[in-house]
Amino acid sequence: MDIHEYQAKERFRAAGIPVPPGEIATTGEQAETIAAGYGGKVVVKAQVHSGGRGKAGGVKLANHAAEAKEQATAILGMQINGLTVEKVLVTPAEDIDTEAYVGVLVDRKKQAATFMVSAEGGVDIEHVAHETPDLIRKLTVDPRFGILPHQAFWLANFLYDDPGLIKQTSKIVAQLYDAFINSGASMAEINPLITTPAGEVKAIDAKMSIDDSELFRRPDVEAMRDSSSEPESEIKAREANLSYVKLDGDVGCCVNGAGLAMATMDLVKYYGGEPANFLDIGGSSNPDKVVAALEIITSDPNVKSILFNIFGGITRCDDVARGIVEATKRIDIKPPIVIRLTGTNEELALEILKDAGFSAYTSMDAVVEKAVQLAAGEA
Amino acid sequence: MSIFIDNDTKLVVQGITGRDGSFHTTQTIEYGTNMVAGVTPGKGGQTFEGPNGQKVPIFNAMDEAVAETGANTSVIFVPPAFAAGAVLEAADSGVSLVVAITEGVPVLDMARALAFARDKGVRVLGPNCPGLISPGKCKVGILPGQIVSEGPIGLVSRSGTLTYEAVFQLTNAGLGQTTCVGIGGDPLIGTNFIDCLEAFEADPDTTGVVMLGEIGGTDEQEAAAYVSANMSKPVVGFIAGRTAPPGRRMGHAGAIISGSAGTAEEKIRAFEENGIAVAKRPADLVGLIQDALK
Repeated sequence: MDIHEYQAKERFRAAGIPVPPGEIATTGEQAETIAAGYGGKVVVKAQVHSGGRGKAGGVKLANHAAEAKEQATAILGMQINGLTVEKVLVTPAEDIDTEAYVGVLVDRKKQAATFMVSAEGGVDIEHVAHETPDLIRKLTVDPRFGILPHQAFWLANFLYDDPGLIKQTSKIVAQLYDAFINSGASMAEINPLITTPAGEVKAIDAKMSIDDSELFRRPDVEAMRDSSSEPESEIKAREANLSYVKLDGDVGCCVNGAGLAMATMDLVKYYGGEPANFLDIGGSSNPDKVVAALEIITSDPNVKSILFNIFGGITRCDDVARGIVEATKRIDIKPPIVIRLTGTNEELALEILKDAGFSAYTSMDAVVEKAVQLAAGEA
Repeated sequence: MSIFIDNDTKLVVQGITGRDGSFHTTQTIEYGTNMVAGVTPGKGGQTFEGPNGQKVPIFNAMDEAVAETGANTSVIFVPPAFAAGAVLEAADSGVSLVVAITEGVPVLDMARALAFARDKGVRVLGPNCPGLISPGKCKVGILPGQIVSEGPIGLVSRSGTLTYEAVFQLTNAGLGQTTCVGIGGDPLIGTNFIDCLEAFEADPDTTGVVMLGEIGGTDEQEAAAYVSANMSKPVVGFIAGRTAPPGRRMGHAGAIISGSAGTAEEKIRAFEENGIAVAKRPADLVGLIQDALK
């Protein structure tokens, strides 16, 4: 789950990182009032879950409160990478001497949190890493010890020569690690981390992604979820504990297991169709889950056929079969349904489906081909 | 032969009294695995009734289970909040293999648990995996026993049900397996493709390997380089997620294209450049491995 800049800044502040103040506005007038409170000269920043906000014109400097109102009015409602800006952050403009990058993320290869710092801040760090890797210093943290003082110093020492700046930054590195751990993050970054002419170090931007698997035990982080940019069907799927991604095709897919779900989508494409969605009904699925899945798939008006591909392991085929039977009783499903079930409790499942008047396939290719034909109106 | 598990495997189930734990314990006993113990804190002293009246003793803790029964492998069915703790406990108990089935384990918890297990010299498989099965010998996890058969193919996969699909097709074509391993769909996993490839290369009964990958990360790319540098046995592959949009998590926590990294195309290219024939659909795997074995 991504959180907004202003939310990441709250987490950073709570960890002790020096972050300039800021308030959220949803109208130009609000932005004007907030700017006036900060003495007029502010930065107005679009709050959307997307990179490249500056390039898209979503970050503007205002020299006085009236200009802040103008900037905010222009940014609110703007589209950035397909997302509508509904909130702006208004924050005092800082005097900037230097800009650095400090970030930490879960490195899959190292299997641990890994810091990356660079004196080349305020730019795309992946670009820096690719073009000039020498300008980046990396450090993998042993998850059992956390970041150690000398390691934080080693990172800060790569960024600055001035002992005062190094000292402040060492502390910020350790605090960023705390914020990262205490938020259950998969990524946290400050870009840029600035120094001011007065010799202070501050985080003027903040970005954080949360590991979805942490949310069950972090209600304070879950409360930061902004669903405004998510399709209705994806919100519903999440509430039903289903893994669902809406796509643009017309073959609705309901599969157990992520790998098989992806392979099923790929096979739809192979047979000349387009998948309407990714949907994994997961392990231990109960009939209610299947009902929810069918409701979500059929809420997409593009769907012309529905394809079940179930290979039972932890999922019991009879559960899915019962769910299909129950769902078709509960809701009116217009698109034709084709079903493939095999694996754990498959005999029981086939019996349940047969009794309810369904027929089931055992081959994945046959069922996918059929679903594609049905969607195209060829069968 | 087989890799990681065989007739000497003595299995303990962590979370034996839960819905999934008890269901799959029964299935595992039916398959013929030597099930020696279960662990559920607070239920020590009780017994789990097997399908044919076997009595599996339940212990409060792993160290007791290992001391009393000589268990050498554990399988974990406990909920996400406690799964990393279960891995730590297992790694500290004297077993040499820990198979974590649980999906949704916090990644930072796993980082700690995997580091601990590594230092103890304990192999972790998973989490978020279906486990493994050596047909005719032993099953640990949730792979359906009825779809596998004994034979010369090694299979390794990041997915569960896609593994079943591929195994099912191999079995139907008369191509049995030495061991089928699901390594798991999480970003941090204890056993990766290369670990399995190395074991299959060393296993005298395995003559060819099927490797099933998916979008996200660079495990497949590194495995491909390993194959061309270190393997004498043929490897064929499949990559799921050609139609996956970038930036979206496709069910598995680890199945996400970040920026332009971790795409199916990139992985397919890495396979092909390293001499691994890639199936366009799961049904083509059988033909590819048959050709490769000629």
